[in-house]
Amino acid sequence: MKTNIILSGVGGQGILTIAAVLDTAALSENIYIKQSEVHGMSQRGGAVQSHVRISDKEIYSDLIPEGKADLIISVEPMELLRYIPFLNKNGWLITDSNPFINTTNYPDKEALYEQIRKYPLHLIIDATEIAKNIGNSKVANMVLLGAASTIIPLSEESLLNAIKTLFQHKSEKIITLNLQAFFEGKKIAKAHSHFAIDK
Amino acid sequence: MKHLLLGNEAIAQGAIDAGLSGVYAYPGTPSTEITEYIQTSKLAQELNIHSTWSVNEKTAMEAALGMSYTGKRSMVVMKHVGLNVASDVFMNMSVSGINGGLVVVVADDPSMHSSQNEQDSRFYGKFAMVPILEPTNQQEAYDMMHHAFDFSEDTMLPVLLRMVTRLSHSRSGVEFKSRRTQNSIHLPEDTSRFALLPMNAKKQFEKLVEKKSLLMEYSEHSSLNELKLSEDKDIGIIACGIAYNYVMENISEDASFYSTLKISQYPLPKEKIKKLYKHCHKILIMEEGYPVVEELLHNYFDDNDKIKGKLSGDLPLTGELNPTIVANALGIFQNAAKSIPEIVSNRPPQLCEGCGHTDLFNTINALIPEIGNKNVFGDIGCYALGTLPPLNTINTLIDMGASITMAKGAADAGLENAIAVIGDSTFTHSGMTGLLDAVYENSPITIIISDNSAIAMTGAQESSAVGRLHNICLGIGVHPDHLKTMIPLRKNHDQNVELLRNELSHKGLSVIISERPCVRLSRDQKEDIKSKIAALS
Repeated sequence: MKTNIILSGVGGQGILTIAAVLDTAALSENIYIKQSEVHGMSQRGGAVQSHVRISDKEIYSDLIPEGKADLIISVEPMELLRYIPFLNKNGWLITDSNPFINTTNYPDKEALYEQIRKYPLHLIIDATEIAKNIGNSKVANMVLLGAASTIIPLSEESLLNAIKTLFQHKSEKIITLNLQAFFEGKKIAKAHSHFAIDK
Repeated sequence: MKHLLLGNEAIAQGAIDAGLSGVYAYPGTPSTEITEYIQTSKLAQELNIHSTWSVNEKTAMEAALGMSYTGKRSMVVMKHVGLNVASDVFMNMSVSGINGGLVVVVADDPSMHSSQNEQDSRFYGKFAMVPILEPTNQQEAYDMMHHAFDFSEDTMLPVLLRMVTRLSHSRSGVEFKSRRTQNSIHLPEDTSRFALLPMNAKKQFEKLVEKKSLLMEYSEHSSLNELKLSEDKDIGIIACGIAYNYVMENISEDASFYSTLKISQYPLPKEKIKKLYKHCHKILIMEEGYPVVEELLHNYFDDNDKIKGKLSGDLPLTGELNPTIVANALGIFQNAAKSIPEIVSNRPPQLCEGCGHTDLFNTINALIPEIGNKNVFGDIGCYALGTLPPLNTINTLIDMGASITMAKGAADAGLENAIAVIGDSTFTHSGMTGLLDAVYENSPITIIISDNSAIAMTGAQESSAVGRLHNICLGIGVHPDHLKTMIPLRKNHDQNVELLRNELSHKGLSVIISERPCVRLSRDQKEDIKSKIAALS
């Protein structure tokens, strides 16, 4: 069993929090994990990605080979498409529908959705709106993680514990918000035909 | 129990557990997190391990050597181009040798994710004739620190530990070993080896040259350099450092089929390489960075057609390796990857919203129609992003401090209205000496120190320039009438343009300090800076 996940977004959008939850959960299940991330110049509003690899056997490369990602989770629709070369032929795509526009030549968002819909296993969620309704747009990343949890081979218990561990120094309210966001995302994925599979 | 650590953090924890007494460093991607980990480690605090940032890599390495002189274990950390700055002491401390274990950690940045070149630090290690270690993964990086310090003390040489971006910035589970206590102070028996007068240096250099065979012996027997000969004689793979991971990613399921030599310790184990060379029809060298090993093998053997790697064109000469590139070189079939959909546009990094540098560039840009668009010399830091559209203000970015001295050289050639833009920390790192050159000749240039009270690009670390810039400039000899301050805010735009226009019209040296804290500083950091400035005045 080996699962390769690419997380993508724009520097400052919080993909590393998703990565940290996955890492912590994997470590608690005592399976192998490697997770590469981007530090430095690109963090200033540039395109960033993280490669997360989870396996029951030793993992060698810190980077996922091209065509070997099982899932891409993106907090931004154009950034999702940037990593298509990594997607395997049965790979899943999950993204927030909200574009992050900090360039003058940002494409039309409907055209982006159309492109994403060409891949059979996709889920475009207005995670930011869902997060706002819960109480804070910042937890949009946990909505996406909740949706992805339906296809990631880590138990819900360890993912929830990982969220609690990561936010242990924050207020009870923040922990609850993140957990709520996770469950909302999961609910949406379950309602979606492709994702309505129990692992 | 495993701890989830970046490669950089594994190095830091490994050093703490190996009895480190002090780390010295200047921030630089991809090396920064090593020092930051020690700065925030409770254990390191309890153990009283020194970890304050240094002004630049040269001062850092000299301080590390000073600590080693006392017999304690020290580490100095930098990015690859930082070793250029520290190269003077680096080349000479291999001649003097060290006392307490000294490990030089250098993080290379192949593919230039956050750098201006791809230089390979293994060349420096070879140049200085010191042992080089190159970990493949996080656990090995951790374990290697114990070995590195022991090895340094055994050979009385500094040990170079080479990291690369992908290992520095990738996390994995790491198991810790038991902790060794720090060395107590024991000064060198004979201090003359540290006084490199020619008569001493000659003796020391001979000793250094003689150590080569000892180092090769160590490499030959090191478990870090593991040779596996299989029955198949077709291809022998030499895989160095992180490249070993990309090889194993592709062959781990049939690993017994391949003959491999993993290299994580240099100088190269020549005998092991000879065995592999004799055993196989073809040698394929996988190394991240320059073709260092490949070139050496060309010297070892006559039949160079047998040796494949970057020089032979089997692997690219530029950019970092990855599993796909390595698979292709191994001849392992790959499905053609999908391409990035055409609709996707580039998203280059840019200055943060509300960044003071942007207002400064708007001020300069207002005068560009008058002075020309090729007069602004830049430097290393966030403000280098002022090179890109829509600002297009800055024309050059070469090395730390070059803005001032390049502007001076251009002015010497007759260029009028030359402007240098340099950050506060870059200025104290390597700009002060150039400023003295400009002061000495009263060069007709305008230097703008864009002071955001932080080393911003690498994550808003503390800048030792805070609160000192004005006095430093006066002390170096900038005329008080032409040492100005501006606050780069939109509301001050017109008066800032006027100030800059006036200083440009001055036919001598002007320095303008453009003061506004980095937007990334937390409230606590800003308070801390305020109290530091108050304590200074």
